Formats: sequence, structure tokens, C-alpha cells
Amino acid sequence: MSTRTITLQVNGKTVTAAVEPRLHLADFLRDRQLLTGTHIGCEHGVCGACTLEIDGAPARSCITYAATCDGASVRTIEDFDADPVMAELRAAFSAEHALQCGYCTPGMLATARDIVLRLPQADEARIRKELSGNLCRCTGYVGIVRAIKRVLAARKEKTHAA
Amino acid sequence: MKAAAFDYEKPADVAAAVKLLSGAQGMGKVIAGGQSLGPMLNLRLAQPQLLVDVRGIAEMCAVTETPEALTIGACVTHARIEDGKLPDATRGLLPAVAADIAYRAVRNRGTLGGSLAHADPAADWVNTLALLDAVAILQGPAGRRELKVTEFMHGPFATALAEDELLVAVRIARLSKAARWGYYKFCRKTGEFAEAIGAMLVDPERKVCRAVVGATTSVPHVVADARAIAERFMPDEALKAVEAAGLGDDPYERQMHFAALKRAAARMHGGGS
Repeated sequence: MSTRTITLQVNGKTVTAAVEPRLHLADFLRDRQLLTGTHIGCEHGVCGACTLEIDGAPARSCITYAATCDGASVRTIEDFDADPVMAELRAAFSAEHALQCGYCTPGMLATARDIVLRLPQADEARIRKELSGNLCRCTGYVGIVRAIKRVLAARKEKTHAA
Repeated sequence: MKAAAFDYEKPADVAAAVKLLSGAQGMGKVIAGGQSLGPMLNLRLAQPQLLVDVRGIAEMCAVTETPEALTIGACVTHARIEDGKLPDATRGLLPAVAADIAYRAVRNRGTLGGSLAHADPAADWVNTLALLDAVAILQGPAGRRELKVTEFMHGPFATALAEDELLVAVRIARLSKAARWGYYKFCRKTGEFAEAIGAMLVDPERKVCRAVVGATTSVPHVVADARAIAERFMPDEALKAVEAAGLGDDPYERQMHFAALKRAAARMHGGGS
């Protein structure tokens, strides 16, 4: 089987690589780009650990093949250091004990950031619904839900004050 | 697990895609969002020699409308429908259904046509499009043909698509302003495939009154004249519909499908769930 040459943006940098079509994006990022912040859990699209951003929207990198990402812009957890929403989420995750082992956390943060930006009015029920595609086996979700609520509330207050 | 090796092509138009599929002699598989095929490849349940990626085909991402109908390209994502980016020809039915498919990360990539062609009996579009009596538009080497969605799906994961044929778009007749619908599904976990789906549609101006017993063991069970279920919910008639859906003898299964119909009716008439 032949390889394909792809060119894509990874965390703002242009990357050109030859890939086997069967190589999924998470393996491409971890093994070829050495970006190990993207975690692989179930590897069939159920657990959400590998969730990252493709062209500005969250997606599962384990069931997305690198070959299909030619021309795409991919952002992994490593690219969000300077992101203001992610900074608020990191602080809230720490304050609310929203992680223990940390395996689900990169995917949780990718989904959490999408909730904060897309659904600023989300209540607890909506947050839980939106989080249902990301599994956490440590926390029981309570801390994660609280962390997202905390960020949403703080941002609402800021909007009112402004 | 990792997928077995395959070749990959991304054609620019429908004709090129059909040509690639013809050349693959049955060992080709179409991929759009890959949200069902991806897991099947990784688990090696599917081992095609060639993947034909159709997301680059402009026609298959397009949405066109006429006074009578809305035609949705097969590659339109669930998220695009959820976010109300399409003209509303169904009085809010499509966005409401889209919003409850799997998870946002899946909806961002998964497509209407992919879901229909995959033909999982428990999938939302399979049942919703049967309710709407939608038309599937197919293209193969011999040209185009159109099939009712109810004829398109033959059984679980089985469709009328030939090996070298492509589902290009789906056409939905525009509902009138008087149309009402109700949709209810039972899922064991939020975002999972449904255990039971009940759906109904009343559009008096178009003389449509349909109900669907969905998430069956095979094709959706369509009640084409559902006045006795939809206009006024008559339990005995609903039970008959459930019995005709071929669910087997499990009383739990039957009760769940009955309750889904009842709740869909309640929602349509403005009641709670």
C-alpha cells in the first residue's frame, strides 16, 4: 500500500510528512510529531481522551486518519498554553479537583473549552450532556462539572462588569 | 487496535469517486466523516483495500432548496444541521434530531449521508428520514437514480447501494406551516445509539400522518397512515404498530418502543416527555 504526502498546520506550524493512510491522527501526533499530550484511550471513538481541535472544532483524533487531514489545521493541548479560556479552565480544574490521574484531561479540556465558547449560557444539565462523550474513571465528573461552571460564571460576571 | 493497511484517494467530483469505486472491484469503501467507519477500521471489522474520501466533493457538501423541497448533500455534518446553518424546511425537526446524535466531537465530523449509508437501525437519520419519506439520490457508472429512503435501506447495515455507487444527497419535501412532529428516543447513556425510537409527523396540508417505530432489529417500521396513533394516541393501535415492527417476543423491548411512541405523541401535542 502506498504512502500519501500531507501538508497540514500542527499548532501553527506547517508540517509536511509522508504517511500510511491507515495511520490515525493521534498516532501521527504522538509518534511522528512527538506531541504526547494527546492521549489514546479506547481507540475507537468512545472515550474522548484523544479529543483535540481540527479546523477550530473538537474531533476524535483516534478515528481521524492523518491522510484525511491534508490542508487542515490541528491544535493539540500543547498549543493552548497562552489561550485565555484554557488558562481559566486549568485554574478551575485545579481548584475543583477536576482530575486525578490526568489521562482524560487533555480531551476533557478540549471539550470544556468548546462548551465555554459555544454555550456560554449552559447550565449544569447541559454541561453534563456535552461532557457525555468524554469518560473519566477517577473523579465521578463532579469536579469537572464544577470547574466548567466556575469558568462560565466568572466569564458571565466579567461581561456584566464590563 | 490499528486499522489494516488501505490505500486512500480524495476525488474532486462524483464521477471520479464512482470511477475509483468501480476500479476497486468491491474492495473500495466510501469515507466521509468516518465516525462509524473509523471505529470499524480500527477494530478491523472493515478491511477495505481503498478508502474513497468524498469530503472534497463540493456537490456533496451543498444544500439547495426549492419551494417544494430541501436537498442536503451527503457530506453535510450533524453539527451544521444542529447549528441551524440549513434552511429550516422541517419546522425544526432536523436540528432537534441532530443535536442529540452522539457527542459534539462526533457531530463535527459525522455526516447525514454517511449515517444513512451505514444503515445502523438505531441511528437517528435512518429513522428520521424514513419518517419524512425522504428520497436518496444515488450515482453510479450508469448515471443517477432516486430511491425512497424506505427502499434504500434493506436491513441492518445493508442498503441498495451497489459497490460502485455513491449516495450523493438526500431530498426532503418541505413541511407546511401547520406540520407538527414528535421524536423520542431511549438511550442507556447520553449520546449512545438508541434502544428505542418513536417518531411521528402530522402535516394536514400535505395529507401526511406518519409514525415510525425505530431502533428495531432491522429497517424502521413506518406506519404510513398513523392517524390512530398521531392525531389521538390510541394505545391499542400503538401496540399493533410495535407488534408489526418485528422486535421479537421480549416484553421489555416492546414496552420500550411503545413508550417511545407514546412520548413522541405527547411531545408532538405539546406535553412533557
